[in-house]
Amino acid sequence: MSRRFERYRNILDFAISSLLRRKGKNLSLLAVYTLIVFLIASIVFFTQALKREATLVLEDAPDLVVQRMVAGRNDPIPVTYAEKIAAIRGVSAVTPRFWGYDYDALTGANFTLVAADSEPPAKESIYIGSGVARIMRLARGDYLSLRDARGAPDVFSVQKVLPVNSELVAADLIQIRVDDFHKLFDFPPGRATDLAVSVRNKVEVQTIAAKIAQLFPDVRPILKSEILRTYDAVFDWRGGMVIVVLFVAVLSFIIFAWDKATGLSAEERKEIGILKSIGWETGDVLLLKSFEGMVTSLTAFFTGVSLAYAHVFFFSASLFEHALKGWGVLYPQFRLTPVVDPYLLGVLFLLTVGPYTVATIVPSWLAASVDPDAAMRS
Amino acid sequence: MIEIIEASKTFNAGRTNQFIAVDKVSCKIGRGEVTILKGPSGSGKTTLLTLIGCMARPTSGRILLHGIGKECLIGLGAEDSVEITSLPERLLTGIRRSAFGFIFQHFNLIHGISVLENVMLPAYPIGDCMPEVRRRALELLETFGISRHAAARIEQLSGGEMQRVAIARALINDPVMIIADEPTAHLDSKLSGEFMELFAGFKALGKSVLIASHDPIVYDAPLADAVIEMRDGRIIGAGTRP
Amino acid sequence: MRNSTIFLTLICSLLLISASLVLHAQVSRAGAPTASNRELVRRLKLSDLCLFTEARYTRHPAMADHHAAFQDHPMALEHFPSGSLVSPPDLRRKAP
Repeated sequence: MSRRFERYRNILDFAISSLLRRKGKNLSLLAVYTLIVFLIASIVFFTQALKREATLVLEDAPDLVVQRMVAGRNDPIPVTYAEKIAAIRGVSAVTPRFWGYDYDALTGANFTLVAADSEPPAKESIYIGSGVARIMRLARGDYLSLRDARGAPDVFSVQKVLPVNSELVAADLIQIRVDDFHKLFDFPPGRATDLAVSVRNKVEVQTIAAKIAQLFPDVRPILKSEILRTYDAVFDWRGGMVIVVLFVAVLSFIIFAWDKATGLSAEERKEIGILKSIGWETGDVLLLKSFEGMVTSLTAFFTGVSLAYAHVFFFSASLFEHALKGWGVLYPQFRLTPVVDPYLLGVLFLLTVGPYTVATIVPSWLAASVDPDAAMRS
Repeated sequence: MIEIIEASKTFNAGRTNQFIAVDKVSCKIGRGEVTILKGPSGSGKTTLLTLIGCMARPTSGRILLHGIGKECLIGLGAEDSVEITSLPERLLTGIRRSAFGFIFQHFNLIHGISVLENVMLPAYPIGDCMPEVRRRALELLETFGISRHAAARIEQLSGGEMQRVAIARALINDPVMIIADEPTAHLDSKLSGEFMELFAGFKALGKSVLIASHDPIVYDAPLADAVIEMRDGRIIGAGTRP
Repeated sequence: MRNSTIFLTLICSLLLISASLVLHAQVSRAGAPTASNRELVRRLKLSDLCLFTEARYTRHPAMADHHAAFQDHPMALEHFPSGSLVSPPDLRRKAP
């Protein structure tokens, strides 16, 4: 038993010394491998965490949002619709939502303006999200000038900066009073951007949506489940850009493992011949090669995954900023709750460590089966 | 100690390039003796060496080992006899590892690793504990006067020094018999002479030696107890030096 | 020190680090950020996360529809990078 253990240890010693012999090549192999695992694991952690966050946070989104369409484009909805909708059985409340966008030419940033009656700011004052504060370099007490519908500047005082913890929903938000909203945008009176509907019994929400659509043919009801599903789809690693990145990463990994698999250099073959001639069995040589593969892949895997975790959860996935930001100027600072999906990590382990170890053993198989006396002849 | 009975080795049997390397050879190799296989290249000496040293199996004939000389991993006692022709590969390797030490014509050392590691290599898969193997290796390097090169890479050594490393490696598992194939091929006369002196040392330790060579310094050396002459795969003269 | 000892130590430490990170994930409950976000969503009746601020329909993908990208004009093919990441809500009902 201990002899077997010593045998493994000795062969492991030699495997590592073999790897260290071609230090440059093996270190770069290790670096590439770690990078690929890092990338894939980062994406997995990021999307899983965002998905969970989205599900948790949007739990409190409106049960139904009713939008009005005119000629296929969104149009402000008459507030009178709200009375008829509120009369539907099962509807507990209908609240008009007032929100829109403002584009700041100087910074190129798009802001979302929201007006609500709950805890509104003072007249001619606003609450701004921490992203807005960051981009415009504003703090409490500063002033922000917004252009109104006539082109004249409307100056607002920053009453409060929303907490940094709410970046995920409010980074670009500017909360304004309803009357200031109407004045700023010259918003048609008696209209709202859309209506938020609360339903008493969640099970009935589909029926109520159907009734609303029937009542008002020009509206488009959106269910909370549909809102949640939208975000599920954004972060699903099976869709969109994510699958392209994953595909590229896996493809480059395959190319890299293939390169290893399809050739044993003449020197390596000679070495195996020598080992066989001094008494190493085929099994010993294969153990050596599999150890070589395992040393690299285990080191790369655990380093890559740990770095990915740190990247996503301690450094807010800052490396993805450029990809996700796109043309936007504002990028939220993600503070995500760590989520580890053991299934996905297990799959990643099998997809990387498995093929790499096999790719190291297979080409050696033939060389390892050579007769020991071949070394006498060469 | 080793009995070879009508052993033959044919390569590429049945094909157009069929080649009989060893043709019905019968001889005996004595224990504790220095035996030289003499003959030109192509005479089958190297092939016979591989057959004796359990590196390859004869196509026909039998080879018997009488008394391995020490406890073998396969459970044989020191004085048992075994017919190696019928053993499976694993057991054959087991015997080869512990009973024979090989010195190859081209040294067959691994470049890029240290002298010490090269010497220790044959012991790795046996599962001996490392500090013990290391100690044995350093002792051997000391014996052959190259312990100052222990950490050096093989590429940095001269031909004679490499030869000594190869010898040390052959001895790491304390084999009963040392087999050398054309050991003086890359050495000048002076080094060849020194080499034969070393072998005298082995004999003194009770080890058996089998050398294949076409170098007169080797086969005419007073050290040799028996010289077997081969040509075209057959023995044409086997004599014991008086 | 033997190579294998160094390697085994390295792997054990990596495993330890990985295990502690897993533990960290288990222990971290949805903290202050989630609570803060939920409060705002509730108060302002928000329906979307602030992820992609490039275009209106990327900022509020849940409110968008399949024509949203063409709001500006009919030939306005998708040109925002994040437009390829978000798609409009999958309405399981047919529009009336």
